[in-house]
Amino acid sequence: MRYSALSVLLNGLRGNKRWTPAWRTPEPKPKYDVVIVGGGGHGLATAYYLAKEFGIRDVAVLEKSHIGSGNVGRNTTIIRANYLLPGNNPFYQLSMRLWGGLEQDFNFNAMVSQRGIINLYHSDAQRDAYARRGNAMRLHGVDAELLDRAAVRETLPFLNFDDARFPIQGGLVHRAGGTVRHDAVAWGYARGADSHGVDIIQGCEVTGIRRGASGAVAGVETTKGFIGCGKLALAAAGNSSRVAEMAGLRLPIESHVLQAFVSEGLKPFVDTVVTFGAGHFYFSQSDKGGLVFGGDIDGYNSYAQRGNLAPVEHVAEAGVALVPGLSRVRVLRGWGGIMDMSMDGSPIIDRVEDNLFLNAGWCYGGFKATPASGFCFAHLIARGAPEATARAFRLDRFARGHVIDEKGVGAQANLH
Amino acid sequence: MASLIDCPHCGPRPREEFGVKGAVLARPGADAGAEAWMDYVYLRENPRGIYREYWHHAGGCRRWLVVTRDTATHAVGLVADAAEERP
Repeated sequence: MRYSALSVLLNGLRGNKRWTPAWRTPEPKPKYDVVIVGGGGHGLATAYYLAKEFGIRDVAVLEKSHIGSGNVGRNTTIIRANYLLPGNNPFYQLSMRLWGGLEQDFNFNAMVSQRGIINLYHSDAQRDAYARRGNAMRLHGVDAELLDRAAVRETLPFLNFDDARFPIQGGLVHRAGGTVRHDAVAWGYARGADSHGVDIIQGCEVTGIRRGASGAVAGVETTKGFIGCGKLALAAAGNSSRVAEMAGLRLPIESHVLQAFVSEGLKPFVDTVVTFGAGHFYFSQSDKGGLVFGGDIDGYNSYAQRGNLAPVEHVAEAGVALVPGLSRVRVLRGWGGIMDMSMDGSPIIDRVEDNLFLNAGWCYGGFKATPASGFCFAHLIARGAPEATARAFRLDRFARGHVIDEKGVGAQANLH
Repeated sequence: MASLIDCPHCGPRPREEFGVKGAVLARPGADAGAEAWMDYVYLRENPRGIYREYWHHAGGCRRWLVVTRDTATHAVGLVADAAEERP
């Protein structure tokens, strides 16, 4: 069923009794051309683009829980392309282009809101670093503008400009950035993929990878039995190391917990995304009115989807230091997600064996990449060759010494 | 993550006094090949379950410790001084 203003009106007049489920709940077939492990944003987007853009419709997405229960439903909904390095920038720019037309493309309201993102700077050195980043972005065709203190004050008058230790000197604004309703991304891609014939199989955990006589991957053992496949694509986010281990792979990845929070609903307060340049804090306001904010990873390996109180305290302190007006805002909810932290802070989209494909290492930046990740992964699976903007995301870049160390902190997963 | 870590020198102390470095791995010799170094610097077991990590008691005795921890439940098990606990 195609969604439109007319369909809402007609269904309303009929008492809303004729809506059909947005996707089917099929039983798995014995074999598929492509099996995707992981029904998160990236797995569903991969299935959608495989079916829609590359004509491969015999596809199953296997999800151990329900779709959207992992990181696609646990992030802070921010999209942006304010990267520095050549290996990253064109890829995230592709993602921004896909976000721009996404809702029309998959006929689902994902509430894409390009409200801009401002990275604040607090010292001369940080201003220079942001100017360099802004220049790199503009060279790649991404919008960036360096604002001085007065210009930031005009947009965000409520910030603490005269903090004794970290006064605000200005900010780098990336106007194409913004927020997207994260659950709707999972639902939209699921509905779109399903409408093109993809089977989305929920409650189906992969427990092993079976190889044929030649050693090539033949299929996966699951809690719903064996499912054969022509090609196997792994997109398991925080559980990437566990799934890859089933294929005999060791990855340059550690799983870490990242927390995020939402406040009680407030009247319109901030109309953009703001990041604190001197502490781990960033925030935006959802359309429901809650302030959505977060900080850095807890720092220790975890699969628990919940974090410690110390980072909560740090985020709250940094938040109040930047926005004194937050001091009496009550936090409604906090949650944790498991990040697949790669050793250089950049992702991996690669063909690791003839019919085994890997999509992992998104660190805490996977959500913004969802459309481009799905598109490029689908391209790689369908054509056997990487999409032009995703060529740098090779697994063997660590061995070759071609790491993409955006943050410049070396091979320490808990620092990226 | 547990709220307390039982430091062998200081007793149970708040987790905030400690900093974490990461996996306890045997450092290859200076003459080890590129493959051994690649393995040491980049590749990780990343288990769901028992994991041994270096923690630093920065707010206490300032000793490096080996903490055995469960990454699925966050329970902290054995804690030993790194000088006595080889990789």
